[in-house]
Amino acid sequence: MSLSKVKHIVLVLSGKGGVGKSSITTQLALSLSLAGHSVGVLDVDLTGPSIPRMFAIEDAKVTQAPGGWLPILVHDADPSGGIGSLRVMSLGFLLPRRGDAVVWRGPKKTAMVRQFLSDVFWDELDYLLIDTPPGTSDEHISLAETLLQKARPEQLAGAVVVTTPQAVATADVRKELNFCTKTGIRVLGVIENMSGFVCPNCSECTNIFMSGGGEVMAKDFNVRFLGRIPIDPQFLVLIETGKTPRYPEGTKVNGQDISTPAGETVAEDGTRDSGLLVHKYKSCSLAPIFNTITADVISAVQQGGGKER
Amino acid sequence: MAPSLEAPEPVEDVLANPLKQKPNLVAPEPEHCPGPESEQAGTADSCAGCPNQKICASTPKGPDPDLPLITARLAGVKHKILVLSGKGGVGKSTLTAQLAHAFATNPDSTVGVMDTDICGPSIPKMLGVESETIHVSSSGWSPVWAMDNLAVMSIQFMLPNRDDAIIWRGPKKNGLIKQFLKDVEWGDLDFLLVDTPPGTSDEHLSVNTFLKQSSIEGAVVVTTPQEVSLLDVRKEIDFCRKAGIRILGLVENMSLFVCPKCTHASEIFKATTGGGRALAHEMGIPFLGSVPLDPRIGMACDYGESFFDSFPDSPACVALKHVVRGLAEQIGLDPNQVVPEG
Repeated sequence: MSLSKVKHIVLVLSGKGGVGKSSITTQLALSLSLAGHSVGVLDVDLTGPSIPRMFAIEDAKVTQAPGGWLPILVHDADPSGGIGSLRVMSLGFLLPRRGDAVVWRGPKKTAMVRQFLSDVFWDELDYLLIDTPPGTSDEHISLAETLLQKARPEQLAGAVVVTTPQAVATADVRKELNFCTKTGIRVLGVIENMSGFVCPNCSECTNIFMSGGGEVMAKDFNVRFLGRIPIDPQFLVLIETGKTPRYPEGTKVNGQDISTPAGETVAEDGTRDSGLLVHKYKSCSLAPIFNTITADVISAVQQGGGKER
Repeated sequence: MAPSLEAPEPVEDVLANPLKQKPNLVAPEPEHCPGPESEQAGTADSCAGCPNQKICASTPKGPDPDLPLITARLAGVKHKILVLSGKGGVGKSTLTAQLAHAFATNPDSTVGVMDTDICGPSIPKMLGVESETIHVSSSGWSPVWAMDNLAVMSIQFMLPNRDDAIIWRGPKKNGLIKQFLKDVEWGDLDFLLVDTPPGTSDEHLSVNTFLKQSSIEGAVVVTTPQEVSLLDVRKEIDFCRKAGIRILGLVENMSLFVCPKCTHASEIFKATTGGGRALAHEMGIPFLGSVPLDPRIGMACDYGESFFDSFPDSPACVALKHVVRGLAEQIGLDPNQVVPEG
């Protein structure tokens, strides 16, 4: 099994679509990499893969090696900077054209998920994050079955469950938590995404999708609440255009001033800023929040044994 | 030797091989089963040695015999409209619910909403009928009536507990969608809105196959402005094209956010590639409008209220009305009859 060199496998799940599974997966990966861990990301959203776009590697193609496939390298390890390597695998890399629909029924999806788990050569990895499509259907059943059968028990660390605060979303995510209970996947914690938006003009925080729903749900299910993540349009700009996040003077996150130093030039053309995504991400207001969440996830993984459930 | 990680098969092949009738199996489906309803049933490489092989192979080929029953059941439905998006959480269910409310404001129209999102049904909550259950009579299942002229069907009505997970693989989902069309007494409807889950998989293929004969009016495609979302929506449009589903129009949701304190408009989901309007232009499909992000829409959905009744003067409501009127025009109706101006 190609997962043999992987230390911990973490699933990123949500019953609801569009709550930010892929962007959370991306940020967890960047954050883990910044903490010096080697990270792999496996995207099993077959009909709507977003991970290639998130890492700005849409044009990459998978290389075949004898007996399997090599994941795409986002950046290599940099021991002097304390940064771990980051590798990615997604169905997006196999499509001839990016707009092509992938219309697959269940059995085909099941076969693909199995193949992704067994035939991708992951090198030594501290963490393998698996990004999933919304729901509790073919991909999830196959993932759970295959991992519970083939991965070593200490390998399958558990799942990070993502939600947004509003009731319409938590109603679906509650189903996902029940899925984890039924399949025996340990829940490492719940992240509440899109919790509040700070107006860049007046710094007023509006809870567009309400607030607190994720925390209430975590309490109801007796699982760890990992934290709230606000909406930061600068993160989207970073993903979409490759621009380093910049904030007006006086922007503070948890009391820490993260505003862009005055005098720094802002190139307003369509070019991407140079440098690795992982370095640019350090300037994002969400990076410190994820730093804390990642530390909590790591400690939850290391506790093991399913104490939280 | 490892199996080849081949490129996905062409959509045309999948569409050209619709599901057959499911045979009665003598043993559970094995690991690499191609699906007892599929064209390769009983003949695929992995079927060798399966106790079901003979049964699967001898099931008559050809279309599902239930198709005429579905067509007969839906004979009284005038307009069948799908709400689609390749991406999750862009507001398919919200738009479906608000479209239903908008169509139902005319007391002479009867509206039906069918929720085909099996794993994450949102429609019952958004229409305020989450705790209802289905009644079964000799002539079929009665839908839940959210209003006098608004009928709803969703798997949520069949769950013993609200939070139960529905851990189903594709074939089981297809079976339920068929039942929703074949066994539910929809009666005479002016509109049947079909809400779908994200993606292009079993549910979408089934709805397309089952409704083909009784003709689908078309699909409304929903997106949000950022490219990560447009990327998946492009795939959905590709699917519609290949399946021959007419696209009635594209709606861009969550476009701008107006700060309630300083009225500064922010592009939260920034349209770095031109957003929905540019995509509609690129694909040559009608653009029905942009709906701004208004926290009150989300709240109306959480409480199952009609956004049109609760906040008639908000910019989002005006934008939604514009979308409904545009949609009415696309299906050849007089917009003033569907949503009166003002």
